[in-house]
Amino acid sequence: MPDEELKRELKRLNRRVFLSGGAAVAAGLLGWEWLQSRPQEDHLPWPLRKGLELNESFAKTYFGEARLIREFPREAAGDIRPNGDVGIDDDDFEPSAWKLNVAGLAGGPLDLALADITALPRVELTAEFKCIEGWSNVVNWTGARLADLVKKYPPKDMTGSSYVSLETPDGEYYVGLDVPSAIHPQTLLAYEMNGQPLNSDHGAPLRLVIPVKYGIKNLKRVGRLAFTRERPKDYWAERGYDWYAGF
Amino acid sequence: MKRLEPKHPLAIRWFHWINFPLLAAMIWSGLLIYWANDVYRVGWGSWTLLHFFPDWFYNWTGLPHRLAEGMAWHFFFLWLFAINGLLYVAYTVFSGEWRYLVPNRNSFREAFDVVLHDLGLRKQPLPRRKFNGAQRFAYTGVVAMGFGSLVTGIAIWRSVQFGWLTWLLGGYQAARTEHFLLTVGYVAFFVIHIAQVVRAGWNNFRAMVIGKELVETEDIPTESGAEHA
Repeated sequence: MPDEELKRELKRLNRRVFLSGGAAVAAGLLGWEWLQSRPQEDHLPWPLRKGLELNESFAKTYFGEARLIREFPREAAGDIRPNGDVGIDDDDFEPSAWKLNVAGLAGGPLDLALADITALPRVELTAEFKCIEGWSNVVNWTGARLADLVKKYPPKDMTGSSYVSLETPDGEYYVGLDVPSAIHPQTLLAYEMNGQPLNSDHGAPLRLVIPVKYGIKNLKRVGRLAFTRERPKDYWAERGYDWYAGF
Repeated sequence: MKRLEPKHPLAIRWFHWINFPLLAAMIWSGLLIYWANDVYRVGWGSWTLLHFFPDWFYNWTGLPHRLAEGMAWHFFFLWLFAINGLLYVAYTVFSGEWRYLVPNRNSFREAFDVVLHDLGLRKQPLPRRKFNGAQRFAYTGVVAMGFGSLVTGIAIWRSVQFGWLTWLLGGYQAARTEHFLLTVGYVAFFVIHIAQVVRAGWNNFRAMVIGKELVETEDIPTESGAEHA
């Protein structure tokens, strides 16, 4: 190929790449800028929030009630880091006066005592508790299945598209759950940890243990539980985290 | 006399250059997540040679306290990263390009020779063809790593629904470590890749951009030249 022709050919190719490549780079930078500058929904640009919700809808389609978290031998259980005290730092809290307020039931709201929970079938579970930060601890829990509570105290309406909401007695910490995760056979209202009654750091007298979700959903010191048709507010989802937060 | 010889197909160049910012976004958002439990280090007992990551690195990159944001970006870009990677693999399979990329029976020996050559221990010239043995291992290996990131990522992200995968990988924390090590692998790949591209020179680099490479007419590359002629 003569030099002139070669130069022309190179020039042609360079121009083509400059145009298409330049357009691609510009589109990428604009897209990045656009994503970051979108109005926020609960501390995330809305396209990212939509992305999490899309992931959630995928996760729900392949959620298997029979898919269980792996259980460990009892001896594998150890201590767990109490990672925060939102909702349980209230000095006025009186454990002896504690009741679990349950709303959204067919028979109207109820106040349950701890004895009502311990009267439900006693279930033990030794499983890995996974914090959203990335650490995990194997812990042994004893409690009642939330599914057994639902069986004994039937909600007004509970379908695959309704929700369960839980909050601390002071209302400072609150979580929302999809029904399939809430009635998963390993979801417990726990009153013992590693063979001892729960201490206040870990949510005495009753806490949620939901191993199909990150630790942020495992509400300590449950004060209110409600079955609802609206998607419940969620403390950490309001702070930029995934509402679903499920494994 | 010189002429322009086709080297890299248009589709492969697009996949390659799109992958670069996507992988960068995955690593960046992954670091935002990793910061929240930054337990990995190189060391023995209480002695630490290198902590991932030192404070100066965090201060310099502005990573701390951005876990929620990191997760949202990570689980958004993962789809683009995965789709681009899967399309690339599908393209190499259907176009036959995989023949230049996948190591074959001669690649072990050749890769060894290439390493000796690059270290200056072997004087014979490298084989004149699209990808030598070392490149075949590197370019197939990095695709396998991408697949590994996807699999270890799913094992962490959906550790109950894909519990069997988490179990196969040695458990939740093991999968997290593997996911991190693969990322260290990309960074190592990147450093070597850039060094090699700089060494190979402008003509080679430009071929990954415009698709064609300048070659001496009497010195037509044996393999790709024959295929593309």
